[in-house]
Amino acid sequence: MYRLSGVVKRYRRGRATIDALAGVDLTIEDGDQLVIKGPTGGGKSTLLQMLGGLDRPTSGTVELDGTDLARLSEAKLTRVRAATVGFVFQNFNLIPTLNAQENVEAALVPLGTRAAERRRRAAEALESVGLAERRAHLPSELSGGQQQRVAIARALVKQPKVLLADEPTGNLDENMRDEIVGLLEKMWREHGLTYVVVTHDTAIARRASRVATIRKGHVKVAEN
Amino acid sequence: MFLIYLRRELRRRRRAALLVASGLAVGIALVITVSSVATGMRDAQDEVLKSLYGVGTDLAVKKEGQENDRPEPPAFRFEQKGEGEKTQSKEFVRPTGGLGSMDESAVRTVAGRDGVAAAVGGLDLHVDKLNGKFALDPGEGPSQQGPGGPMIQGRPGSGTSEVEVDGYSLFGVDTSDVTVGPMSSSEITKGKGFTSAQADAKVAVVDSGYARQEKIEVGDTFTISGTKFEVIGIATADTGEAAANVYVPLERAQDLSAVDMKDKVSAVYVKATDADQVDTVKAAIEKELAGTTVTSSSDLADQVSGSLSTVSDLATSIGRWLSVTVLAAAFLVAGLLTSSAVNRRVREFGTLKAIGWRSGRVIRQIAGEAFAHGVLGGLLGIALGIAGALAVTAAAPTLTASMGSNQPAGGGGMLISPPREAASKSVEVALGAPLTATTIALAVALAVAGGLVAGAFGGWRAARLRPADALRRVE
Repeated sequence: MYRLSGVVKRYRRGRATIDALAGVDLTIEDGDQLVIKGPTGGGKSTLLQMLGGLDRPTSGTVELDGTDLARLSEAKLTRVRAATVGFVFQNFNLIPTLNAQENVEAALVPLGTRAAERRRRAAEALESVGLAERRAHLPSELSGGQQQRVAIARALVKQPKVLLADEPTGNLDENMRDEIVGLLEKMWREHGLTYVVVTHDTAIARRASRVATIRKGHVKVAEN
Repeated sequence: MFLIYLRRELRRRRRAALLVASGLAVGIALVITVSSVATGMRDAQDEVLKSLYGVGTDLAVKKEGQENDRPEPPAFRFEQKGEGEKTQSKEFVRPTGGLGSMDESAVRTVAGRDGVAAAVGGLDLHVDKLNGKFALDPGEGPSQQGPGGPMIQGRPGSGTSEVEVDGYSLFGVDTSDVTVGPMSSSEITKGKGFTSAQADAKVAVVDSGYARQEKIEVGDTFTISGTKFEVIGIATADTGEAAANVYVPLERAQDLSAVDMKDKVSAVYVKATDADQVDTVKAAIEKELAGTTVTSSSDLADQVSGSLSTVSDLATSIGRWLSVTVLAAAFLVAGLLTSSAVNRRVREFGTLKAIGWRSGRVIRQIAGEAFAHGVLGGLLGIALGIAGALAVTAAAPTLTASMGSNQPAGGGGMLISPPREAASKSVEVALGAPLTATTIALAVALAVAGGLVAGAFGGWRAARLRPADALRRVE
């Protein structure tokens, strides 16, 4: 469970100071689905980065299962990212020189999983997203939708507790968007994940049980 | 995963890898070639010194010639009975000009020193020859000085005098040990060399060049100032010029000298028990035999001039700096290119950090790639460097080493030749660029260092990368 209290994230841009998050209080229960929406530059991605331990707040606490991520050492935070959080990015962020199978395996490397076990689990993850036949293909040989499915497989292969998706359909066409949204929701249900997705897409927002709207660093949560 | 990722990166970014590797390769190739040429230079210098110095001789003890040591110019008195032309031939054997002499007891003194394995004496002489048809009026006339120094006495008559002034160098060899001293740098190519039983024998060994010039063969009789010697061998210098044209036993040489050289030597040649002893022995001899100059091979090396010296200076100064500069530039370029590659791949490394890769693992991956570039550059550089060294060896440019132009007056100079002749002595050697295991090891070490430097640049850049910043920058 996430518990955010008074989270402030302040950036300096030249002489100006920008509050990307201006005192956010938010609770996300285990297994919840939360959509974060809002205008560009409103602080959506910043909030997601706080949840994923990719960044630290200027002040406030970001607790995950009672542990304040803001106070963890870099090594421990890295371990949290490696074991607990799965990320899906708008640009897929696959390693261009590794094939689909190897990209998925890359998520198991920091966990110290043996090579044979890595191969087996990566193959299963790719099969679960319908890409078993494409495992030897490089990202450049896959369509946008297929690349995002590889990214989803990479996020889920380590069986994380939390799935964080940042504009997962931002670079996909409409057909592909529905397919990926469907796949992410399926995975959320099947794996019992805490699923937080940042999006502009109102169609996605309509399907979620909870929607957090973030504007000028302030969050307002609504139940659907 | 490390190797898979590394292999894939190297394969996919072949052009970038080749660019970094090529830069390192040029630097490493230059280091190999310059090192090889420098080694060749040292070998050439050793060869020159060996020929000038005498194989097995570590030190030469000579006494500085005093003004009164210089023999009077030889006076040739030609007798003429009656009018008309007459062919006459005269020889004058004298110690080589300017060289002092020492009592033979100096040899025993030196031989008795600690650290001395062997010591032999030698006597440098020069034979002035005058041949010609003379048409002289008897009686005392004005003197003429020949080019070699001899004085010709007599009054020229009305006819012309065709006088040929010639000469050759003669060396008195201690036959008890020819492995030390001037003959040690020559090989007997025909006939036999001296034996210890020939200490006072009328036998001679002739240098092959002089023998060819004078058409002298083994078994011939060779007359020196009226004394007949049997030519028992022809000697050929290992490199360059021989120490003398004719060698005779020391006792015979002492007898031949027109200036009294009985029991005298012009130099003592010393072989040390080992190379480490040379300096100690040198100092001890200089202390014990006052007024002598003791010369070692390292002293000679400082006196080598000519193209060998010039190229040697080039190899050690410009060559070294050039290689260091190019190598440093190659390291810098490799580092900057790696750093720039990290910048280009910021999203990739940010993603890896986001999915839980520790900074150390990311840095290891970058360093691994840079190291592979270094190894590739090293292999290319070694191949290029070997090609360069082989090209120099194949071209084998001839270098000339001269001795004596900057030697100290009097006592210095070559070990086996007297100072006056040393001034004009030069030896030609072919320059090679031998490859040694040390050079190759140096190249491998540089390749590894190049890779590590480049990796450090990239690693430093990656270590500072925060995943959020990396992802934010590109999205």
